[in-house]
Amino acid sequence: MDFQLSEEEEAFRNEVRGFLDDNLPESHERTPEFLANWSKQIRERRWVGFSWPKDVGGGGGSIMEQVILKDEMAQRKAPSLGSCFMGLAWVGPAIIQYGTEAQKQKYVPDILDGKYQWCTGYSEPDSGSDLASLKCKCERDGDDYVVNGQKIWTSIAMWSKMMILLVRTDQASESKHDGITCLLVPMDTKGIDVRPIKNMSGGEMFAEVFFDNVRVPVENRLGEEGQGWKVTISALASERSSIAEVHGLIRKIDEVKDLARGTIRAGRVMSEDPGIRRRIAQAETKIEAMRLNGMRFLTKQLKGEPLGSETSINKLHRADLEVGLGELALEILGSSATLMGGSEPTVDGGAWAKYSLNWPEVVIGGGTPNIQKNIISERMLGLPKD
Amino acid sequence: MNFGFTEEQELLRAEVRKFLDQNASLDRVREIVEAPDSPRIEPALWARMAELGWVGLNMPEEHGGVGLDLETTLVVLEETGRSLFPSPLISTVIAGKAIERFGSAEQQARWLPGLADGSKIGTFAFLERSDAMGPEGVETLAKHDGDELILSGEKLFVSDAALADLFVVAVRSGSDAQSISLVVVEKGTSGAAASSFDVMDLTKSVGKLSLEDARVGVDCVLGTQGAAWPATQWLLDLGAALVTAEAVGSAEAALSITTEFAKERVQFGEQIGKFQGVKHPLAEIYVDVESFRSLVYYAIWALDQDADDAQVAVSRAKAYCSDAFPQAGIMGVQLHGGVGYTWEYDIQMYLKRSKWVRPMFGDADYHYERVARLGDL
Repeated sequence: MDFQLSEEEEAFRNEVRGFLDDNLPESHERTPEFLANWSKQIRERRWVGFSWPKDVGGGGGSIMEQVILKDEMAQRKAPSLGSCFMGLAWVGPAIIQYGTEAQKQKYVPDILDGKYQWCTGYSEPDSGSDLASLKCKCERDGDDYVVNGQKIWTSIAMWSKMMILLVRTDQASESKHDGITCLLVPMDTKGIDVRPIKNMSGGEMFAEVFFDNVRVPVENRLGEEGQGWKVTISALASERSSIAEVHGLIRKIDEVKDLARGTIRAGRVMSEDPGIRRRIAQAETKIEAMRLNGMRFLTKQLKGEPLGSETSINKLHRADLEVGLGELALEILGSSATLMGGSEPTVDGGAWAKYSLNWPEVVIGGGTPNIQKNIISERMLGLPKD
Repeated sequence: MNFGFTEEQELLRAEVRKFLDQNASLDRVREIVEAPDSPRIEPALWARMAELGWVGLNMPEEHGGVGLDLETTLVVLEETGRSLFPSPLISTVIAGKAIERFGSAEQQARWLPGLADGSKIGTFAFLERSDAMGPEGVETLAKHDGDELILSGEKLFVSDAALADLFVVAVRSGSDAQSISLVVVEKGTSGAAASSFDVMDLTKSVGKLSLEDARVGVDCVLGTQGAAWPATQWLLDLGAALVTAEAVGSAEAALSITTEFAKERVQFGEQIGKFQGVKHPLAEIYVDVESFRSLVYYAIWALDQDADDAQVAVSRAKAYCSDAFPQAGIMGVQLHGGVGYTWEYDIQMYLKRSKWVRPMFGDADYHYERVARLGDL
C-alpha cells in the first residue's frame, strides 16, 4: 500500500491548494460577484468538465487528478465545479460519446458554461426500478419524432431548458432494452406540460412531465434509433469512486456531534449518553469505511480495471447514513425534534426535522437499497436473477 | 497511490492459498483439531510455514526474519483465516513485534531468531480476571528482588498459552495507574505454569498463565520498567488489527460457502439464491466484509507507518468486524437451514470462529467507545 502522490500529482494538488488559498473566501463572504468571478476562473482553468477530453473543452484530467481536485474542493467547501448538474454528470458524457459533431458543438460548451439546466426524463409512473419497461411512445413522422406519454420524478424540470429523454420507438422489440431511443428535447417545445410535485418536506423539486404530440427533430436523436438504453445507461455507469461525497457526510456527522454536545436532556449532556456515543462512532466508522472503499475502487481504476457493481457497497452505506444521521439527530433532540418553524423550544428552526425528511432524494433517486442489494447479489456474488 | 497490494504480495497470497488448499483443507483441519487432546497445531505444517518464511515475514532479517512489513503478514492472515488454519501465527507475530519494537539489541538477538524460524512459539499475555482492556486490568504484580523480578498473578484468555515457549506479559510495577511493564517469561520458568481452556472454536487455542512467585531477570523487561503502558496499548492495537485481518478471510469464506449453498439448494422448485429474502442478507454480508476489509487494510498500514490516526483506525476496524462477522456467521447458519445446525457442515466452524473474534483484543462496545473518545466526544 502506498498513499504517496507522484511528483506531477503533488504539483497539481499544490496548484489547486494555491488557487483556493488565493481565491476562496470564507463561506459567509461568498457574494454573488464572487460566485460569478469564481465560475469564470474555474472554467478558464478547465476544471469544469475536468475529466472530459480537451477537444470538447474539457480538462483532460487523469483519474487521480480528478480525485485530487474534487477532494481539495470538498475539503474547503468550495462551490461546485460548474452549475449544470445533470449536464455535467451524465448528459455531457453521453453526448461526447454518442453525439454527432453538431450536437457536441451545440450543447457541450453550454453545459460547461452552465448557461442553462438539463433535466432527465427517464422514470415513468409504471417504470421506476424497472426502468427498461418504459412506454413513452415515439413515432417517426418525416424529419420529426412525435412523442406521446408521461414522465415522472423529473428533478428540476420546471427550471430546465433541455431534457435528455428516453422513449420507446419500437413497440414490438423482443427485449425490453431494445426499442428505446434517446432524444434531446427543448423544454419549450409545444405539447410539453410540466406539473411540479410537492414532496413530503413541502418542497417542489421534481415534476410530472406530459407529452402531447411533441415534435422533436430527428437531428435531436442521441445515438442510433433503438440504442437509447446503451447511450444513457452506459453514461450512468461511468461509476465514480465516490471519495468526494464523503466530505459532505463528515460535515453532517460533525454537526450531529455538536448537536449532542449542546443538547441537555434529563440533566445529561447527550454526548455523554453511551447509546448516542456508540451510534455516532458507528456512523463515523461507516463514513470512514466509505472513504476507504472508495480508495480501493480508485486503486482498481488506476490499475486500468473497469469499476463494476462493487460501487453499490458505498451506495448502500450512503443510503444508510442519509437516513441514519437524521434519525440520530432527532433522537438526540427528543421531544423538540417533533417541532418545525420558529417557536421556542424548536431547535435551529426545525432544521433537523426537515433534514430527516430529505433522504429519499438520495436514497430512492439513485436506485433503492433493495435494488442495490439485487445488483450486488447477482453481479458480485453470482446468485441467480429472480 | 495504491490502496492494494504489490505484485509480490499477490504472488505470496496465491502461494499461501495453494499451500493451505493442499495441506489444510477443512477436512484436514477437522482431523487436526478434533483429535482427542489436540494441541490445535500440526507441528509439521507450522515448521513448513516457518521454513517458507511466513512466520518471520515481518521480523528483521538480521535475526532470521524476512524483513517485510505487517501489510505482507496481513496477506498471509487473510488466507489462514479463510482456511480456519489452526496456528499460533498471530500470537507469535505479536510477541515478535513486542521484542523488536520495545526490546534491546541483546533481547532481540536472544529471542527473535527462535520466533522467526518457528522453533519457538510466542504469545502476549494481557487480560486478567476483570477482563478490562485498560491498565487497571493489569493486577499481576512485579516486585524487585536484586537483579530479579518476582511475578505473581494470573493471566487469562491467553492465546496459544499451552503452546507458547515465550510469553510477553503485562505486569504492574507500581500503584500509579499507568505503571505497567512488559516482561518476557520463558516456558519452564519456575513458578510459571500454562494450561489451556476448552474453547468453543476448536481451531483456536486459549488458556491461562499462572505466575506464583515466578522469577525472571531484569534483563527480561522490555523497555523501561513501569513505563510500558503506551507499548502495551500498541500491542493490543496490533492484536486487534491482526485478528481483524484474519477475520476478513474467515468472513469471506463463510459468505462464499453460504452463497454456493444458496445456488445449489432447491426449494419451491427454485434455487433459494433466487429469493430476495436470501440474496439480500448475503448482499449485506458482502457489504460488511468489504467494508471492514478496507478499514483493516488501512489500520495495518497506519500501524506500519506509525500514523497519527493508527489507534482510531484500529478501533474502527475491530469494532465494525466484531459486530459484522458474528452476524455473518449467524446468517450463514440460518440460511443453510437444518444442515447448518449439524456438526457435519462447515458453516458452523465459521460461526464459532466469529465468536472467538468478537471479544478478542476488544469487542465492538469497547472499540466504538474508543472511537467516540478519540473523536472528541
